[in-house]
Amino acid sequence: MSEQATPYDKPVPALTGLHGEFYAWCRDRELRFQRCTGCGRYRHVPRDICAHCSSMEWEWVRSSGRGTVFTWTDVVRALHPAFAAATPYAPVIVEMEEGVRLLSRVVDCTPDELQIGMPVEVDFQQVSDALTLPVFRRASVAR
Amino acid sequence: MFKDKACIVGIGETPFCRKPGSGLTEMGIQLKAAVAALEDAGLEAAQIDGILPFPNVGKAEAFAASLGCENLRFAATLHMGGAAPVGSLHMAAMAVTSGAADYVMVPGGWNGYSGARVRETAANDVNSIPGGEIARDFYMPFGLTAPPQWYALMARRHMHEYGTTAEQFGAVALAMRKHAQLNPAALMHGKPLMMADYLASPYIASPYRLLDCCVETDGAAAFIVTTVERARDLRQKPVYIMGAAAGQPYPADEITNRADFHRTGLTNAAPEAFRMAGVTPADADFAQIYDCFTFEVIQQLEEAGFCKRGEGGAFVENGGIELGGHLPVNTHGGLLSQAHVLGISHVVEAVRQLRGEAGARQVADAEIGVVTGWGDFGDGSIAVLRR
Ligand SMILES: [Zn+2]
Repeated sequence: MSEQATPYDKPVPALTGLHGEFYAWCRDRELRFQRCTGCGRYRHVPRDICAHCSSMEWEWVRSSGRGTVFTWTDVVRALHPAFAAATPYAPVIVEMEEGVRLLSRVVDCTPDELQIGMPVEVDFQQVSDALTLPVFRRASVAR
Repeated sequence: MFKDKACIVGIGETPFCRKPGSGLTEMGIQLKAAVAALEDAGLEAAQIDGILPFPNVGKAEAFAASLGCENLRFAATLHMGGAAPVGSLHMAAMAVTSGAADYVMVPGGWNGYSGARVRETAANDVNSIPGGEIARDFYMPFGLTAPPQWYALMARRHMHEYGTTAEQFGAVALAMRKHAQLNPAALMHGKPLMMADYLASPYIASPYRLLDCCVETDGAAAFIVTTVERARDLRQKPVYIMGAAAGQPYPADEITNRADFHRTGLTNAAPEAFRMAGVTPADADFAQIYDCFTFEVIQQLEEAGFCKRGEGGAFVENGGIELGGHLPVNTHGGLLSQAHVLGISHVVEAVRQLRGEAGARQVADAEIGVVTGWGDFGDGSIAVLRR
């Protein structure tokens, strides 16, 4: 029996452009969002320009990693073949302390245990040499 | 402003089917509906000089060449998903009243059952991923891959903020199914539904159960728009376009970062359409609301102003949106129980109601009706029509 690693079979992001930069930080186990240097607002998903002040100047600023569950869905029947064996699982929108929201998963609880407002903190899941996904865990009680 | 200057003068529809499929190409099935619309209107293909096709037929040129529209001069394709048919109605009204075209054909349809199905979204080609690059890079890696999952996120949040219940979602499913019993063309004709059946149906993407989801269908429909002056010489009593508008949520290309999570394209479009029409939602005798999933009916009723935000659940309960209720919704059975042909059959049904041709499901003395479209991440379109 050979113990070949199974290649990662889920959809992956294109690791190019600004989207690629976001994931490059994740590969370093850092969740960073663009912050406009003109008006100081954070934004996600990455964009070329600030929609508030039109500044094209920005920096990648490290997030506190803390947020709360904004909403979620419990996927019981997969609608993509790569996730057929993963059900039930729950895509979650997390609202970060910085004010931006992102779509992710909470990996240390079942869909039944999710609640809107539940505090969570970022963790990272390396799925291949090239790709690390930002995921979340329930926030530890003591902060 | 094109109020009462443009009208719908022809409608066409194919039969709706699932197994084994239509046996036609997606172009073919829409051509069949277009031919039926020409016949209904009493028009020749050569008179159609404007076409607003769905993206799945490819370029309008091919559609025109197949149908025999030798005088095509106005064509466009809206990329608004299920909001495109009513958005195209809006655009057609602008085109005929500005003189850009005389007669505009709006076809729509697909092999939604036998062809590439929504549930099988697995493409790596970004052009065929619903939601494009943002979905590919920020949603799909986490398993958010398909429309019912996107909208389930909205539905859950609405339940949390306003106390909307599963039984209220069920009331939408039951109303559509009840109407389908009066429509022999509906896929769910002869298959009545009780609340217990609804609540027992398995979850697909909670809070959505199987019976919150529309029926994937092979089918097509089409309608033709022209000016009121030209309509006088045609076969049918025209259905007047009192007002119409389209709109986008913000940001339109990304679901998660909306400051107002419940604002959709309809939030801005509906007041504009009603203002143009000079009527209010309360003046509508019926509404055909794009019902890809049950909650989207509740959400659109709220955002279109039929009730206040948060009150949509109560609005649909106790037969409120059934025939005989305060606002009959989707008298044909909708996407949920007639057929999912991308919302274009909602326009066809509105025309039938306003012509008084809806048979057993006719809304008595229907004078004014509203049609909405919903697509992609919440794009919206709306038309206010009258007889
Ligand atoms: Zn700025």
